[in-house]
Amino acid sequence: MSKATITLNVARYRPGQEPAPKIQAYTIPYHNDWVVLDALNYIKDQIDGTLSYRWSCRMGVCGSCGMMVNGVPKLTCAAFLRDYHPQEIQVEPLAHFPVIRDLVVDINDFMDKLKSVKPWIIRKVEKPVSQGEYRQTPQELEAYKQFTQCINCMLCYAACPVYGLEPEFLGPAAIALGYRYNMDSRDQGQELRKPVLGDHAGVWQCTFVGECSEVCPKDVDPAAAIQRSKVEAAKDWFKSVLLPWGSR
Amino acid sequence: MTPGKTSEPLWWGLFSAGGVVAAFLVPIHIVLFGFAVPFGWIADSGALYHHWPVKIYLFVLIALPLYHWAHRFYFTLNDMRLGLPRKPLAILCYGSAIVGTVATAWVLSVL
Amino acid sequence: MSEIRPDKSKLYHPKMTSTWWLKRPNYVLFMLREWSSLFIALFLVVFLIQLHQLTYGPDAYRAFAHRLSSPGWVIFHIVALLFSLYHSVTWFYSSAIVMPLRIGERLVPRQLVVGLNLLVLAVVSIVILALFIKLHG
Repeated sequence: MSKATITLNVARYRPGQEPAPKIQAYTIPYHNDWVVLDALNYIKDQIDGTLSYRWSCRMGVCGSCGMMVNGVPKLTCAAFLRDYHPQEIQVEPLAHFPVIRDLVVDINDFMDKLKSVKPWIIRKVEKPVSQGEYRQTPQELEAYKQFTQCINCMLCYAACPVYGLEPEFLGPAAIALGYRYNMDSRDQGQELRKPVLGDHAGVWQCTFVGECSEVCPKDVDPAAAIQRSKVEAAKDWFKSVLLPWGSR
Repeated sequence: MTPGKTSEPLWWGLFSAGGVVAAFLVPIHIVLFGFAVPFGWIADSGALYHHWPVKIYLFVLIALPLYHWAHRFYFTLNDMRLGLPRKPLAILCYGSAIVGTVATAWVLSVL
Repeated sequence: MSEIRPDKSKLYHPKMTSTWWLKRPNYVLFMLREWSSLFIALFLVVFLIQLHQLTYGPDAYRAFAHRLSSPGWVIFHIVALLFSLYHSVTWFYSSAIVMPLRIGERLVPRQLVVGLNLLVLAVVSIVILALFIKLHG
């Protein structure tokens, strides 16, 4: 009796050895409780040990296993084979990033951009420990909590056509995280983040396609963060132009 | 922060205002002036448009959405990768909106 | 701390084609939304020209309005109206995301915000229509 199988068409790329990625087909046993990551692990363990890809927690919290599954950015640990079977599944490296090897992309651009928004609490004067903790009401927490859920998986960058077209664009996650800290009542660093967020390659390059929020596995809604950042940046701009003597 | 370091907020603000005006007011005006008046469903002698409150309303209705178009279209043409040079395109789009604003003001003022 | 960065010359750099927006339905919808702004602007330009005819007298105004009843112009206005309504709906969705509506503690669901905005659109349209009829009566 033949067991069910499923075919994965996986992009392969050897750095410096070929001009572009090629698709290699692997037919593996089908299990209806497997995810694409399980399939990749099976391929690497049983069929082709040369396949390279990133993964870690296999439960959707580390953000390592983002790839294009049938042209859609997905966490491979959250993409179930049963949602595609019996069709073939195409697995490619995350879009809009340079490919290092096979399914591994160079994420340094995102890391640099993330650092540039200073994603940490900035205080004008640090409160000494002896003065106790920073207190925050539930409402103050609500103001930014959603945006803390980002796991830096970069699916939003793969979905964002602006990032694909204009590589200098700050991008959804970085802006959302800048916004997260700006909205945190403990933070006093809004001014320091302004030059980066308010730059042309910052919030203003976004054309609100909205696909970033569609693919986000943690419902961060970076599109909302970006548009709200635009409103804040515009308010500041109009204030500084119309009331240049005003202090903030 | 130095204002005018980028003028984006200005164009975005105008884009937003134009978008709101377009969203709430344009559909009914297309019905009125694209169908009702041309087909004579409602008789329109044009006398209404000589009044200043109406002129101001019409100015807002026509001018603001032009900035909505300019900002959106500039970004769209860039996104479509048609190879059009950026600076001339920006001048064409935002410039057209400004020209359109002046034209609207002039047409309405001599009405 | 030393940082290791990959050799850029060995990386594969994917390029976006000019037909990228045809690849996903959401991108196509996005493009339609963007182009709707053009049809709104075109209608307003035609409308301005229509108003301008008034400076040549009420007969010129009426003649131009009559020209707009030709099949070509009717199609243009139908297309413009469809795009205009598409703009309105997408704009309401966008504004629900940009400025979420809260009643006390609770967040109003997006669909409801869009529905409320559509209601306002309907009311505003009816008011303008009523005013137009009344002031021309």
